[in-house]
Amino acid sequence: MSTSSETVTAPAAPAPKAVRGTRLAFRSAVLGHPDAPVLDGVDLEVAPGEILTVVGASGCGKSTLLRTLAGLLPPLGGAAEVDGGPLTGPSADRALVFQEDALLPWRTLRGNVELPLAIRGVPRAERRSRAESWLARVGLSVQAGQLPHRVSGGQRQRAQLARALADSPRAVLMDEPFGALDAQTRSGMQDLLVEVLRGTGATVVFVTHDVDEALFLGDRVALLGAGRVSAVREVPRPRDRAAFDDPARAALRRDILTSLGS
Amino acid sequence: MTRRPLSRYALRTASLAAALGLWQLLTSQDIDLWLRFSQFPTVTDVAHAFAGRLSGSDYWTDLTDSLTRILTGFALAAVLGVATGVLVARSRLAEDLLGPVLEVVRPIPAIALVPVAILLFPSNEQGIVFITCTAAFFPVLVSTRHAVRALTPVWEEAVRTMGGSRLRILGSVVLPGALPGIFGGLSVGIGVSWICVISAEMISGQYGVGYRTWQDYTVVDYPGVFVGMVTIGVLGWITSTAVELLGRRLTRWLPRTSYVPGGRTRAPRPLAAPARPDSDPEQQTQSEQQGKNDTEEARDEHLV
Repeated sequence: MSTSSETVTAPAAPAPKAVRGTRLAFRSAVLGHPDAPVLDGVDLEVAPGEILTVVGASGCGKSTLLRTLAGLLPPLGGAAEVDGGPLTGPSADRALVFQEDALLPWRTLRGNVELPLAIRGVPRAERRSRAESWLARVGLSVQAGQLPHRVSGGQRQRAQLARALADSPRAVLMDEPFGALDAQTRSGMQDLLVEVLRGTGATVVFVTHDVDEALFLGDRVALLGAGRVSAVREVPRPRDRAAFDDPARAALRRDILTSLGS
Repeated sequence: MTRRPLSRYALRTASLAAALGLWQLLTSQDIDLWLRFSQFPTVTDVAHAFAGRLSGSDYWTDLTDSLTRILTGFALAAVLGVATGVLVARSRLAEDLLGPVLEVVRPIPAIALVPVAILLFPSNEQGIVFITCTAAFFPVLVSTRHAVRALTPVWEEAVRTMGGSRLRILGSVVLPGALPGIFGGLSVGIGVSWICVISAEMISGQYGVGYRTWQDYTVVDYPGVFVGMVTIGVLGWITSTAVELLGRRLTRWLPRTSYVPGGRTRAPRPLAAPARPDSDPEQQTQSEQQGKNDTEEARDEHLV
């Protein structure tokens, strides 16, 4: 009796643990579109399994940085590296979560989560069960058969999260994924993100314009401003809601806000 | 979904009945008010002629011939139009290679290709299918091209970051995403196809509704002409409704407003409009372009 329930949960739990995150790096890179470079002299290294948050005012090149890591945009100069080798293009190893409306509107939530698995060539039955289990983890079991426009913005982002993680990527790149959500939904989503990332070992680069979000989620915070990476700071007690009052955290928060304000 | 389907059907039937009633009134009273209805067959004349035709075998041969021609031509046009449209929209090389040729051929009314069809094809039958196909090809091509270019880039990027190949992007993003636009083109295309299949049959057909209608005209059998016209109208309506319904079924994922203005139960569909009214603007733009070409030619002559 209990074995049957164990066999359902068993494959989901240990499989992601076997996956190790990628090491991502920029070496004096110039980033942007060919006619409009936005970031210059970027030197940044993201350790395997680390969560790096990137903050900066809008238009400062956060999305450009992320899209370069995703392989959608080649660096204009210098180098972008994955595990020490050059980053040549998009790969299923590096999943990208968009701000909004990146789900295919003609596929149900389940269909969307199944898509990366279908691309990888996972057999239909396994695809279905893995999608269902991911949708359950993000709390969308009931809405699995709904089309994206039939569910709320928060539910769409949860489905996107499930889609990104379904194929156990070694890195997850997130472009202001909760930017369009209200404050309450947003903090719930942050908790959910921490929850579902636990044990995957995936490297995460998380772009946001919300300093509190960056400080809550990130092991380190990278600040963008004036066309470069202006600072990379260690975050004391990351992913700990109680650390909000920590004096070290409060000081860091002040620092970041000051440098963003200038 | 529909709240009062019965009353809507009643209204539609009443609209048809009113049109027939007006026709009967004008013709049976032999009204001559500048427009002369005295020579016109009445509805009952036409109905008698229709009943006579229905019992004969020629009518059904004509019907199946015309339907075979239009369905073959239209199916070819749909496949070729979608394929070319996607190719031109997705590949700069294809755009440069095919674009100029297509733009030069596009303004030529398909029916003007009758001499070409006669030269090219060993049989009349293939010529008619060719003309029908050419007529529907351009609306499908143009709307596919626009629909593919208007796709939200994020969808494609999402599939690329999942490691999807070009073929996967084509099958999972481009074709389903462009489908609403493609069906707009198909709706216009089926209307234009009917215009061309009937005209081509009138010019060069053996059997077919258009051929029969023209034959009746040459022997001054006006009720017969009207039987042909009614047949064309009904067949056109059925085929464009079929395209419309298929389109609606395949694009059920489109978000629709739940707000219903003025008791209309369905949100107005932005893309797939009925074929008939749409075929006119198409003709118009064609003739406009023709006109533009004419003036350019005239200017060239002037320069020479």
